[in-house]
Amino acid sequence: MQSDQRDHQRRPTRRLTCEEVAAALPAIVDGTERADRRIQHHVTTCLRCQAELVHYRKLLRALRQLRTEYLEPAPGVLSGILANLEEAGERGAIRSLLSGKRAAYIGGVAVAATAAGAAGTLVLVSRASNKRKGMRLAG
Amino acid sequence: MSPDLTGLVTAARAGDRSAFDELVKATYTDMYTLAYRLTGNEEDARDVVQDAYLRAYRGLKRFRGDARFTTWMYRITANCASTALAKRSRTRHDELDEEFDLVDVNPDHDPQRQAELAFERDGIARALQELPPKLRAVIVLRDVYDLPHESIAVELGITEAAAKVRLHRARRKLRERLFPQRSDGSLIEGDDAHAV
Repeated sequence: MQSDQRDHQRRPTRRLTCEEVAAALPAIVDGTERADRRIQHHVTTCLRCQAELVHYRKLLRALRQLRTEYLEPAPGVLSGILANLEEAGERGAIRSLLSGKRAAYIGGVAVAATAAGAAGTLVLVSRASNKRKGMRLAG
Repeated sequence: MSPDLTGLVTAARAGDRSAFDELVKATYTDMYTLAYRLTGNEEDARDVVQDAYLRAYRGLKRFRGDARFTTWMYRITANCASTALAKRSRTRHDELDEEFDLVDVNPDHDPQRQAELAFERDGIARALQELPPKLRAVIVLRDVYDLPHESIAVELGITEAAAKVRLHRARRKLRERLFPQRSDGSLIEGDDAHAV
Protein backbone atom coordinates (compact mmCIF):
# COMPACT_ATOMS: atom_id res chain seq x y z
CA MET A 1 0.00 0.00 0.00
CA GLN A 2 2.77 2.39 1.02
CA SER A 3 4.87 1.46 -1.99
CA ASP A 4 1.83 2.13 -4.23
CA GLN A 5 1.59 5.60 -2.78
CA ARG A 6 5.29 6.18 -3.25
CA ASP A 7 5.04 5.00 -6.90
CA HIS A 8 2.15 7.36 -7.46
CA GLN A 9 4.10 10.25 -5.97
CA ARG A 10 7.15 9.45 -8.04
CA ARG A 11 5.17 8.97 -11.32
CA PRO A 12 5.21 12.24 -13.25
CA THR A 13 1.72 13.66 -13.84
CA ARG A 14 0.79 13.26 -17.49
CA ARG A 15 0.68 16.56 -19.32
CA LEU A 16 -2.66 17.62 -20.69
CA THR A 17 -2.86 18.38 -24.36
CA CYS A 18 -4.55 21.49 -25.70
CA GLU A 19 -7.23 19.27 -27.27
CA GLU A 20 -8.08 17.77 -23.88
CA VAL A 21 -8.26 21.20 -22.29
CA ALA A 22 -10.31 22.60 -25.18
CA ALA A 23 -12.82 19.77 -24.77
CA ALA A 24 -13.26 20.60 -21.09
CA LEU A 25 -13.45 24.38 -21.42
CA PRO A 26 -17.12 24.93 -22.47
CA ALA A 27 -18.50 23.02 -19.47
CA ILE A 28 -16.11 24.92 -17.20
CA VAL A 29 -17.11 28.26 -18.67
CA ASP A 30 -20.85 27.54 -18.25
CA GLY A 31 -20.21 26.48 -14.65
CA THR A 32 -21.39 22.86 -14.91
CA GLU A 33 -17.87 21.54 -14.26
CA ARG A 34 -14.92 22.76 -12.24
CA ALA A 35 -11.43 23.23 -13.60
CA ASP A 36 -9.04 20.95 -11.77
CA ARG A 37 -5.50 22.10 -10.94
CA ARG A 38 -3.97 20.54 -14.06
CA ILE A 39 -6.40 22.40 -16.34
CA GLN A 40 -5.90 25.66 -14.46
CA HIS A 41 -2.13 25.28 -14.68
CA HIS A 42 -2.32 24.47 -18.40
CA VAL A 43 -4.52 27.47 -19.19
CA THR A 44 -2.39 29.93 -17.23
CA THR A 45 0.69 28.86 -19.17
CA CYS A 46 -0.78 28.26 -22.64
CA LEU A 47 -1.69 31.23 -24.82
CA ARG A 48 -3.53 29.03 -27.27
CA CYS A 49 -5.87 27.71 -24.57
CA GLN A 50 -6.27 31.19 -23.09
CA ALA A 51 -7.54 32.31 -26.49
CA GLU A 52 -9.80 29.27 -26.60
CA LEU A 53 -11.17 30.19 -23.18
CA VAL A 54 -11.90 33.74 -24.32
CA HIS A 55 -13.67 32.42 -27.42
CA TYR A 56 -15.92 30.12 -25.41
CA ARG A 57 -16.70 32.92 -22.95
CA LYS A 58 -17.70 35.19 -25.81
CA LEU A 59 -19.70 32.45 -27.45
CA LEU A 60 -21.68 31.46 -24.35
CA ARG A 61 -22.24 35.07 -23.34
CA ALA A 62 -23.58 35.95 -26.78
CA LEU A 63 -25.83 32.87 -26.75
CA ARG A 64 -27.25 33.92 -23.38
CA GLN A 65 -27.89 37.39 -24.81
CA LEU A 66 -30.07 35.85 -27.52
CA ARG A 67 -32.51 34.88 -24.77
CA THR A 68 -33.63 38.50 -24.43
CA GLU A 69 -33.89 39.11 -28.14
CA TYR A 70 -37.34 38.45 -29.55
CA LEU A 71 -38.29 37.96 -33.16
CA GLU A 72 -41.40 39.67 -34.42
CA PRO A 73 -43.89 36.98 -35.43
CA ALA A 74 -45.47 37.35 -38.86
CA PRO A 75 -48.95 38.90 -38.83
CA GLY A 76 -51.62 36.29 -38.28
CA VAL A 77 -49.63 34.07 -35.91
CA LEU A 78 -51.56 35.16 -32.82
CA SER A 79 -54.95 35.03 -34.53
CA GLY A 80 -54.06 31.58 -35.90
CA ILE A 81 -53.23 30.28 -32.42
CA LEU A 82 -56.41 31.72 -30.92
CA ALA A 83 -58.59 30.38 -33.76
CA ASN A 84 -57.04 26.94 -33.27
CA LEU A 85 -57.81 27.07 -29.56
CA GLU A 86 -61.35 28.25 -30.22
CA GLU A 87 -61.92 25.33 -32.56
CA ALA A 88 -60.41 22.88 -30.08
CA GLY A 89 -62.61 24.34 -27.33
CA GLU A 90 -65.74 23.92 -29.44
CA ARG A 91 -64.81 20.37 -30.38
CA GLY A 92 -64.23 19.60 -26.70
CA ALA A 93 -67.59 21.09 -25.74
CA ILE A 94 -69.40 19.07 -28.43
CA ARG A 95 -67.57 15.93 -27.32
CA SER A 96 -68.51 16.47 -23.70
CA LEU A 97 -72.10 17.24 -24.68
CA LEU A 98 -72.27 14.04 -26.71
CA SER A 99 -70.66 12.00 -23.99
CA GLY A 100 -73.11 13.54 -21.49
CA LYS A 101 -76.06 12.59 -23.71
CA ARG A 102 -74.64 9.13 -24.16
CA ALA A 103 -74.28 8.76 -20.40
CA ALA A 104 -77.84 9.95 -19.89
CA TYR A 105 -79.10 7.48 -22.51
CA ILE A 106 -77.17 4.58 -20.96
CA GLY A 107 -78.40 5.64 -17.51
CA GLY A 108 -82.00 5.76 -18.78
CA VAL A 109 -81.70 2.29 -20.29
CA ALA A 110 -80.21 0.97 -17.05
CA VAL A 111 -83.02 2.51 -14.96
CA ALA A 112 -85.67 1.14 -17.32
CA ALA A 113 -84.08 -2.33 -17.22
CA THR A 114 -83.94 -2.26 -13.41
CA ALA A 115 -87.55 -1.11 -13.20
CA ALA A 116 -88.66 -3.83 -15.62
CA GLY A 117 -86.76 -6.45 -13.61
CA ALA A 118 -88.31 -5.25 -10.37
CA ALA A 119 -91.80 -5.27 -11.89
CA GLY A 120 -91.24 -8.80 -13.25
CA THR A 121 -90.12 -10.00 -9.84
CA LEU A 122 -93.20 -8.45 -8.20
CA VAL A 123 -95.49 -10.18 -10.70
CA LEU A 124 -93.82 -13.53 -10.10
CA VAL A 125 -93.93 -13.12 -6.32
CA SER A 126 -97.63 -12.12 -6.35
CA ARG A 127 -98.47 -15.04 -8.67
CA ALA A 128 -96.69 -17.50 -6.38
CA SER A 129 -98.47 -16.12 -3.33
CA ASN A 130 -101.89 -16.33 -5.10
CA LYS A 131 -101.12 -19.93 -6.00
CA ARG A 132 -100.34 -20.80 -2.35
CA LYS A 133 -103.53 -19.09 -1.18
CA GLY A 134 -105.55 -21.06 -3.77
CA MET A 135 -104.01 -24.33 -2.61
CA ARG A 136 -104.75 -23.51 1.04
CA LEU A 137 -108.41 -22.72 0.22
CA ALA A 138 -108.75 -25.91 -1.79
CA GLY A 139 -107.24 -27.92 1.06
CA MET B 1 -41.03 39.93 -21.02
CA SER B 2 -43.06 37.49 -18.96
CA PRO B 3 -44.95 39.16 -16.12
CA ASP B 4 -46.27 37.10 -13.24
CA LEU B 5 -48.66 34.72 -14.93
CA THR B 6 -49.68 32.75 -11.85
CA GLY B 7 -53.19 34.24 -11.63
CA LEU B 8 -53.86 33.60 -15.30
CA VAL B 9 -52.56 30.04 -15.02
CA THR B 10 -54.83 29.34 -12.03
CA ALA B 11 -57.86 30.78 -13.82
CA ALA B 12 -57.07 28.88 -17.02
CA ARG B 13 -56.68 25.62 -15.10
CA ALA B 14 -60.11 26.22 -13.60
CA GLY B 15 -61.51 26.29 -17.14
CA ASP B 16 -61.40 30.02 -17.95
CA ARG B 17 -60.73 30.09 -21.71
CA SER B 18 -60.20 33.84 -21.83
CA ALA B 19 -57.44 33.48 -19.18
CA PHE B 20 -55.69 30.99 -21.43
CA ASP B 21 -56.01 33.41 -24.35
CA GLU B 22 -54.32 36.05 -22.18
CA LEU B 23 -51.50 33.58 -21.43
CA VAL B 24 -51.07 33.08 -25.15
CA LYS B 25 -50.92 36.82 -25.77
CA ALA B 26 -48.33 37.28 -23.02
CA THR B 27 -46.01 34.51 -24.20
CA TYR B 28 -46.47 33.82 -27.91
CA THR B 29 -43.65 36.10 -29.11
CA ASP B 30 -41.24 34.28 -26.82
CA MET B 31 -42.46 30.85 -28.01
CA TYR B 32 -42.41 31.91 -31.65
CA THR B 33 -38.81 33.08 -31.23
CA LEU B 34 -37.82 29.73 -29.75
CA ALA B 35 -39.72 27.85 -32.48
CA TYR B 36 -37.97 29.93 -35.15
CA ARG B 37 -34.55 29.36 -33.62
CA LEU B 38 -35.21 25.61 -33.54
CA THR B 39 -36.76 25.16 -36.98
CA GLY B 40 -35.00 27.94 -38.86
CA ASN B 41 -37.99 29.12 -40.89
CA GLU B 42 -41.19 31.10 -40.38
CA GLU B 43 -43.63 28.57 -41.77
CA ASP B 44 -42.47 25.77 -39.49
CA ALA B 45 -42.22 28.15 -36.53
CA ARG B 46 -45.84 29.18 -37.02
CA ASP B 47 -47.03 25.54 -37.15
CA VAL B 48 -44.91 24.58 -34.16
CA VAL B 49 -46.19 27.42 -32.00
CA GLN B 50 -49.84 26.68 -32.88
CA ASP B 51 -49.36 23.02 -32.09
CA ALA B 52 -47.56 23.87 -28.84
CA TYR B 53 -50.40 26.02 -27.51
CA LEU B 54 -52.97 23.43 -28.49
CA ARG B 55 -51.05 20.78 -26.56
CA ALA B 56 -50.65 23.12 -23.63
CA TYR B 57 -54.38 23.87 -23.60
CA ARG B 58 -55.25 20.19 -23.61
CA GLY B 59 -52.63 19.35 -20.99
CA LEU B 60 -53.10 22.35 -18.72
CA LYS B 61 -54.53 20.18 -15.94
CA ARG B 62 -51.23 18.29 -15.88
CA PHE B 63 -49.22 21.49 -15.34
CA ARG B 64 -48.40 21.31 -11.65
CA GLY B 65 -47.20 24.87 -11.34
CA ASP B 66 -43.87 23.94 -9.75
CA ALA B 67 -42.10 25.32 -12.82
CA ARG B 68 -42.78 28.65 -14.50
CA PHE B 69 -45.45 28.59 -17.19
CA THR B 70 -42.91 29.85 -19.75
CA THR B 71 -40.45 27.07 -18.90
CA TRP B 72 -43.25 24.53 -19.29
CA MET B 73 -44.12 26.10 -22.65
CA TYR B 74 -40.46 25.99 -23.74
CA ARG B 75 -40.48 22.25 -23.18
CA ILE B 76 -43.71 21.75 -25.14
CA THR B 77 -42.47 23.99 -27.95
CA ALA B 78 -39.18 22.09 -28.07
CA ASN B 79 -41.07 18.83 -28.26
CA CYS B 80 -43.31 20.09 -31.08
CA ALA B 81 -40.29 21.45 -32.94
CA SER B 82 -38.54 18.11 -32.58
CA THR B 83 -41.57 16.34 -34.09
CA ALA B 84 -41.74 18.91 -36.90
CA LEU B 85 -38.04 18.54 -37.67
CA ALA B 86 -38.34 14.75 -37.73
CA LYS B 87 -41.24 15.03 -40.18
CA ARG B 88 -39.33 17.54 -42.27
CA SER B 89 -36.24 15.38 -42.38
CA ARG B 90 -38.34 12.53 -43.75
CA THR B 91 -39.81 14.71 -46.47
CA ARG B 92 -37.05 17.20 -47.27
CA HIS B 93 -33.97 15.08 -46.46
CA ASP B 94 -32.39 17.55 -44.05
CA GLU B 95 -28.98 16.73 -42.77
CA LEU B 96 -29.19 14.57 -39.64
CA ASP B 97 -25.82 15.13 -38.05
CA GLU B 98 -25.35 12.93 -34.97
CA GLU B 99 -22.92 13.31 -34.18
CA PHE B 100 -8.38 31.82 -11.91
CA ASP B 101 -11.88 31.32 -11.88
CA LEU B 102 -12.61 30.05 -15.26
CA VAL B 103 -16.37 30.38 -14.89
CA ASP B 104 -17.67 33.41 -16.71
CA VAL B 105 -19.62 35.31 -14.08
CA ASN B 106 -19.05 38.76 -15.47
CA PRO B 107 -22.12 40.33 -17.06
CA ASP B 108 -20.67 43.37 -18.76
CA HIS B 109 -22.10 46.86 -18.36
CA ASP B 110 -19.51 48.57 -20.53
CA PRO B 111 -21.24 50.25 -23.56
CA GLN B 112 -18.39 49.37 -25.89
CA ARG B 113 -18.61 45.79 -24.73
CA GLN B 114 -22.37 45.86 -25.33
CA ALA B 115 -21.77 46.98 -28.92
CA GLU B 116 -19.31 44.14 -29.40
CA LEU B 117 -21.87 41.77 -27.97
CA ALA B 118 -24.52 42.99 -30.39
CA PHE B 119 -22.12 42.29 -33.24
CA GLU B 120 -21.34 38.86 -31.83
CA ARG B 121 -25.06 38.13 -31.37
CA ASP B 122 -25.77 38.79 -35.04
CA GLY B 123 -22.93 36.52 -36.04
CA ILE B 124 -24.09 33.83 -33.65
CA ALA B 125 -27.72 34.00 -34.78
CA ARG B 126 -26.53 33.41 -38.34
CA ALA B 127 -24.12 30.66 -37.33
CA LEU B 128 -26.86 28.92 -35.34
CA GLN B 129 -29.03 28.70 -38.44
CA GLU B 130 -26.18 26.99 -40.27
CA LEU B 131 -25.92 24.22 -37.69
CA PRO B 132 -27.61 20.88 -38.42
CA PRO B 133 -31.10 20.96 -36.78
CA LYS B 134 -30.30 18.30 -34.17
CA LEU B 135 -27.23 20.13 -32.92
CA ARG B 136 -29.00 23.48 -33.10
CA ALA B 137 -31.89 22.22 -30.97
CA VAL B 138 -29.62 21.19 -28.10
CA ILE B 139 -27.48 24.31 -28.01
CA VAL B 140 -30.50 26.63 -28.26
CA LEU B 141 -32.34 24.86 -25.44
CA ARG B 142 -29.28 24.65 -23.20
CA ASP B 143 -27.25 27.79 -23.85
CA VAL B 144 -29.99 30.23 -24.84
CA TYR B 145 -33.00 29.00 -22.84
CA ASP B 146 -31.09 27.38 -19.98
CA LEU B 147 -33.09 24.15 -19.89
CA PRO B 148 -31.41 21.33 -17.94
CA HIS B 149 -29.86 18.43 -19.87
CA GLU B 150 -32.50 16.08 -18.48
CA SER B 151 -35.44 18.11 -19.84
CA ILE B 152 -33.74 18.56 -23.19
CA ALA B 153 -33.23 14.82 -23.47
CA VAL B 154 -36.87 14.10 -22.61
CA GLU B 155 -38.31 16.64 -25.05
CA LEU B 156 -36.04 15.64 -27.92
CA GLY B 157 -36.51 11.92 -27.26
CA ILE B 158 -32.81 11.18 -26.74
CA THR B 159 -30.66 10.10 -23.79
CA GLU B 160 -29.05 12.63 -21.50
CA ALA B 161 -25.63 11.40 -22.63
CA ALA B 162 -26.58 11.96 -26.27
CA ALA B 163 -27.81 15.46 -25.41
CA LYS B 164 -24.43 16.26 -23.83
CA VAL B 165 -22.51 14.89 -26.79
CA ARG B 166 -24.60 16.95 -29.21
CA LEU B 167 -24.11 20.04 -27.07
CA HIS B 168 -20.36 19.54 -27.10
CA ARG B 169 -20.34 19.14 -30.89
CA ALA B 170 -22.60 22.13 -31.40
CA ARG B 171 -20.45 24.39 -29.23
CA ARG B 172 -17.30 23.26 -30.98
CA LYS B 173 -18.81 23.83 -34.43
CA LEU B 174 -20.01 27.29 -33.45
CA ARG B 175 -16.65 28.17 -31.97
CA GLU B 176 -14.86 26.99 -35.12
CA ARG B 177 -17.29 28.93 -37.28
CA LEU B 178 -17.00 32.17 -35.32
CA PHE B 179 -13.33 32.08 -34.28
CA PRO B 180 -11.62 30.12 -37.05
CA GLN B 181 -8.05 31.13 -36.17
CA ARG B 182 -7.89 28.39 -33.52
CA SER B 183 -7.63 25.60 -36.11
CA ASP B 184 -4.71 26.98 -38.15
CA GLY B 185 -2.86 28.17 -35.05
CA SER B 186 -0.97 30.80 -37.04
CA LEU B 187 -2.25 33.73 -35.01
CA ILE B 188 -1.49 32.12 -31.70
CA GLU B 189 1.81 32.48 -30.04
CA GLY B 190 3.25 30.17 -27.45
CA ASP B 191 2.62 26.84 -29.19
CA ASP B 192 5.58 25.49 -27.28
CA ALA B 193 3.37 25.50 -24.23
CA HIS B 194 0.72 23.16 -25.73
CA ALA B 195 1.38 20.41 -23.26
CA VAL B 196 2.32 21.82 -19.92
